[in-house]
Amino acid sequence: MTDNNILLSVQDLKVYFRSADACARAVDGVSFDVRKKETVCIVGESGCGKTVSALSILGLVATPPGEIIDGRIVFAGQNLLELGEKEMQKIRGNHIAMVFQEPLTSLNPVFTIEDQISEAVRIHKKVETESLHEKCIQLLKDVGISDPEQRLEDYPHQLSGGQRQRVMIAMALACDPDLIIADEPTTALDVTVQAQILELFGAIQTKQSMSIVYITHDLGVVAAIADRVYVMYAGMITEQGNAEHIFRNARHPYTQGLLASLPSLSKRGKRLYSIPGAVPDPAYKPAGCPFHPRCPHKAPSCHTEYPNMCDYGQGHLARCPILFQDKGRHI
Amino acid sequence: MVSFIGRSFVQKIITLFFVSIVSFLIIHLAPGKPSQVDPMNPKFTPEVVERFRKEFHLDKPLYVQYVYFYQDLFTGKTVSWKDNQSVLKKIWERFLNSLPLFIVGTLITWTLSFPVGIRSAISREGLYDRTATFLSYLLISIPGFFFAYVLIIFVVTRFHVPVIGMETFGIGDASTPFILMDRIWHMLLPSLLGASGGIAVLSRYVRSQMLEVEGQDYIRTARAKGLPPEQVHYKHALRNALLPFVTMFGLILPGLIGGSVIIESIFSWPGMGRMAYEAILARDYPIILTVNFVSAVLVLIGTFISDLLYLIVDPRIRL
Amino acid sequence: MTLNETPVAKNFHVQEPLAPKRTRMEEFWRLFRQNRLAIMGLFIFILFFCCAITGLFLTWGSKPVFDPSLVRLEEKLRPPFSKPNLDLLEPDQVPTLNFYLMGTDDLGRDVFSRMLQGAWVSLTVGFVAVGISVLIGIFMGGIAGYFGQHYFKIDQILWTLFLVSGTGLIFLGVTRLGTALLLLCLAYIVYAVLTRHRFREKATPKRRSMFHINAVSVDTLIMRIVDIMLCFPSFFLILTVVAILPASIYNIMIVIGLTSWMGTTRFVRAEFLSLREQDFVAAAKALGIGNLRIIFRHMMPNSVAPVLVSATIGIASAILTEAGLSFLGFGVPPPHATWGNILSDGKNFIFDAPWLTFIPGITILIVVLSFNLFGEGLRDVLNPKLRERH
Repeated sequence: MTDNNILLSVQDLKVYFRSADACARAVDGVSFDVRKKETVCIVGESGCGKTVSALSILGLVATPPGEIIDGRIVFAGQNLLELGEKEMQKIRGNHIAMVFQEPLTSLNPVFTIEDQISEAVRIHKKVETESLHEKCIQLLKDVGISDPEQRLEDYPHQLSGGQRQRVMIAMALACDPDLIIADEPTTALDVTVQAQILELFGAIQTKQSMSIVYITHDLGVVAAIADRVYVMYAGMITEQGNAEHIFRNARHPYTQGLLASLPSLSKRGKRLYSIPGAVPDPAYKPAGCPFHPRCPHKAPSCHTEYPNMCDYGQGHLARCPILFQDKGRHI
Repeated sequence: MVSFIGRSFVQKIITLFFVSIVSFLIIHLAPGKPSQVDPMNPKFTPEVVERFRKEFHLDKPLYVQYVYFYQDLFTGKTVSWKDNQSVLKKIWERFLNSLPLFIVGTLITWTLSFPVGIRSAISREGLYDRTATFLSYLLISIPGFFFAYVLIIFVVTRFHVPVIGMETFGIGDASTPFILMDRIWHMLLPSLLGASGGIAVLSRYVRSQMLEVEGQDYIRTARAKGLPPEQVHYKHALRNALLPFVTMFGLILPGLIGGSVIIESIFSWPGMGRMAYEAILARDYPIILTVNFVSAVLVLIGTFISDLLYLIVDPRIRL
Repeated sequence: MTLNETPVAKNFHVQEPLAPKRTRMEEFWRLFRQNRLAIMGLFIFILFFCCAITGLFLTWGSKPVFDPSLVRLEEKLRPPFSKPNLDLLEPDQVPTLNFYLMGTDDLGRDVFSRMLQGAWVSLTVGFVAVGISVLIGIFMGGIAGYFGQHYFKIDQILWTLFLVSGTGLIFLGVTRLGTALLLLCLAYIVYAVLTRHRFREKATPKRRSMFHINAVSVDTLIMRIVDIMLCFPSFFLILTVVAILPASIYNIMIVIGLTSWMGTTRFVRAEFLSLREQDFVAAAKALGIGNLRIIFRHMMPNSVAPVLVSATIGIASAILTEAGLSFLGFGVPPPHATWGNILSDGKNFIFDAPWLTFIPGITILIVVLSFNLFGEGLRDVLNPKLRERH
C-alpha cells in the first residue's frame, strides 16, 4: 500500500555494534513512518536505540564499530541506505536536517554563529553573499533570538544554553528541509527554556509545513507536541499509534509502566511506582521478548517466542500478544 | 590584554633572575676547578695561576663574583677563559653555524609532521596509519648516534655525499654556486637526522589531537549539515586541533641554543652544542653561564610568545 | 487500563541482568589485549627484565659464568659466532660455550657477556631515574594541585628564607652571620607559637597583621620552580652536572631523575585541579575525611593514568639518555659495561667490526621500542577520549 503522504519510511532497520567479544544489537528490527506535516515522537529510556535509529537515517553512524545489517530507509522514493556518500551529502542539511542534544559541544567553538549557519546554505544552495547575511538575520529572528546582528558575530561560548539551541534549530532550518530530526533537543536545558523551544517547534511546523521526528524520554513533551508516538525498548518498537490512543489506552506493559511512573496529584500519599529491574545491555538481551524479565504480565511463552506486533485498529499497534489475548476483558 | 603582558613580563624577569642564580651556584659549587686555575695543571706556573685568579675575581666571595659576571655579561665584556676571546663573539659565530641547521631541521619537521599526522588520523587504523605509526615508533626509539652511523655508512658508500664538517676541506676560493652546493650537501644528513626524531614525535601528537577533535560533537554536526569530507576535516577539525600547536610554535625558539650535542659531535659541525660541551669539559665558566643565560632568555621569550599566540587564536580566551 | 492502576502483579520476581560482570582490571586487560603492538612491547619488556636479572647473576663476582671484563688481546675484534683460537688461550680464558656468541671488542672481551652486564645497568638506570622523577613529580604536582589556592604568608616566607640562608652561610664558613640569622628565625618561630592563642580573640595589631599578608600561592611557587627548571635545556643540564660530579652509575641515575620530574608535575597538577572540583572530593570532605587521606586514597588512584604513561616512556628515554652520555664519554666508568659504552667504543671500528655498533644499537632500539609501545598502549587504554565509541 503506497501512501503518497509518507515522507520517510524506515523498514526493519537493524544496526549492530561489534566489539572484540560481543555484538551489541542496538537497533533490532525497527520500522516507523513519518508523514508530511506531522510530528512523530520516538520515546524510550537511555540506551534503547532511538539515537542510533535517527543517526542511521542520515548515515552518521560510525561504521567501525557500527554496521547496518539490514533494512531500508525510504525517503522521497529512494533507499537512503543504498546511496553513496556524495548523494547523502546532498540530502543532509538540505532535505533532512538534524538538531542534536548538547548545544554547546555541537557547535564549533572557533567559528562565529554566522559562519556556521551560512555554511550549510552556501553548500546546498546558490545564494549570493549579500542575501546570505540577510537570510541569517531572518533565520535568527524566526527562532526568536533577540538582537540578531550582534549574535551573528558572537562565538558559541558567548551564548546561553537556550540561545545555542535556537541557533542549532536555525542551522537546521537554513535550507528549508522537508524533515527535521530532533534528538532530545531540550534535555540539557531548563524547564522554562524547554517550554519555549517546544513552542518554537510548533510554530515552525505550522509556518514551514515540515515534518518533525522528535526523540525524547520525557512523556510530558510527547503529550505536548506529538501527533503519533513510537515507544522503543531495547532496540525495538514496542508500541505505536496516535498520541491520544497511547496515553489513554496503552496496550504494552512497558508503556503502561512508563505512564504509571509519572507522578500525578491523584497519587499523592502513595509510593511512586517504578518499573522493577533495569534496561538490558544491548549485547546481552534476554531471549524471547526483551521486556519479559521486568513484565508483570509475563507468561511462559514470553521467554521463548519473539512477540510480533498486534493490531488494535486505527494505527495503534503493540508488541504484546499476552495483552492482546486479554483485550476482550479490558476496554 | 595589557595587564596580562605586564604581569607575564614581570614574572619572567623574576624567573630569569632566579635562573641566573641557580646556574651560577651549580657551576661554582660543584667540585673541580677550571683547568686554567687548577694548580695541578702543568702548563701554568703558580704566578700565572695567581694572576688568573685575581683577573677573574675568583678569590672573591661568591656574591661578588656573581655581580661581576653579570655586569660583564650585560656590557659585553665577558671573556672566555680558554682562549681569551669575547664570549659573545664566540657564541655569535657558533650560532650562525647552528642556525642553518636549525632552520632547515625545523622546516622539515613542521612541514612533514602535519600532513603525516592529519592523514594518519583521518585514515585511522588504515594502511597509511599503521605504516606511519610503525616508522614513528622506530624513529623515536632508535639511539641518535646509532642511527647517525647507520645513515653515514649508507650514504657514504652509496652516494658519496660528503658528510663531515661544514664544508669540504680546501674549498677556499671556488665559485659561489659550488660553495652553495657544497654547503647543502654537508647540511643534508645532520638536519635530516635532527628532523627525524622531531617528525616522529610531532606527527604522533598531531595525530592524537586530530583524533580527539574528530570525536567531538561539532564534527558530527558538520557532517549532518551535509558538508563534504574535505570541509569537515580541514576546516572544522583542523582549526580546533591546531590550537595547541600554535602555542608550541613559540617553544621552538629555545631549540636554537639546544643544537644537538650528539649530532654536532658526529658530524664535526662547529655549532653551539659542541661549544657548550667543550666548555663544560674545560670548566670554562663564562661560556657555560652565558650559554645558559641566553638559553633561559630564549625559553622565556618562547613561552611568552606562545601564551600570546594562544590568546589570539582561541576565541574562548579573551582577557 | 487507566493511568491510576499500578500494574504490578503479586509475587513478582525480576530476573537478574544477563551481562557478565567485570572488574576494572579485567576490563583494562581486555582492552589492552586488543592492541597487539602493546602486547608485543610488554612481552619484550618481560624478556628484557629476565635477561637483565639472569645477566646480573651470570656476570657477577670474580669468577662469573660469563666474564665481561676478561681481556684477551690475542682475540680482539673477532666476529660473532666465531670459534676461539684454543692454542692461543689459557684454559680459563676460553669463553663459556666455546664460541663468541657476539664476537669480541677491541680488547678481546666477549661482547655477549658485556651486553648481559650492560642490560642490568640499563634497567637500573631506567627504573631508578624514572622512580625518582615520578616521586618528585607526584609530590610537587599533588601539592600544587590540591593546596594550590593556599597562600604563603610573608612571615612564613621570611623565616624560611632566614632558615635556609642561615644554614647555607654556616656551611660556607660565615659562621657568625649564619648563626645570627638562625637564632633570629628560631626566636620568631617561638614567639609566633607562644602568642598564637593570645591573638586569636582580639584583633591582631597593625604591625603583626602586616606579616599575615598573602604573598604567593603554593601553586604559583611550585609552577615557577618548574619554569626555572625548564629554562635549562635538559640534556645540557644533565651533561653539566654529570661532567662536574664524579662519574658513577648512581650519580647518573640521580641526575637524570632530578632533571626530568617537570612533566610529571604538570600532569599530576592538571589532574588534581580537575579532580578537586569533582563531587566525590566534596563528599569525602563532608564526611570529615582528612586532607592527606583524600589525596592519597581518593584522588591519587584517579590521576595515576598519565603518570604511568609518562613513566613508561620516561624509562625508554632514560635508557637513551644514558646511552647518549656514554657515547659522549660521561657515562658509567670502565670497566663496567653499559650498552652505550659498547656502542661508543665501537664507533672507532665501524668499518672493521660493525657488529660492535650494530648489536648494542639494535638491542637498545628493540628495548626502547618495546617500552614506547607499551606506554602508548597504556595511554590508548587509559584515555577514554581516544577509544573507539562502543
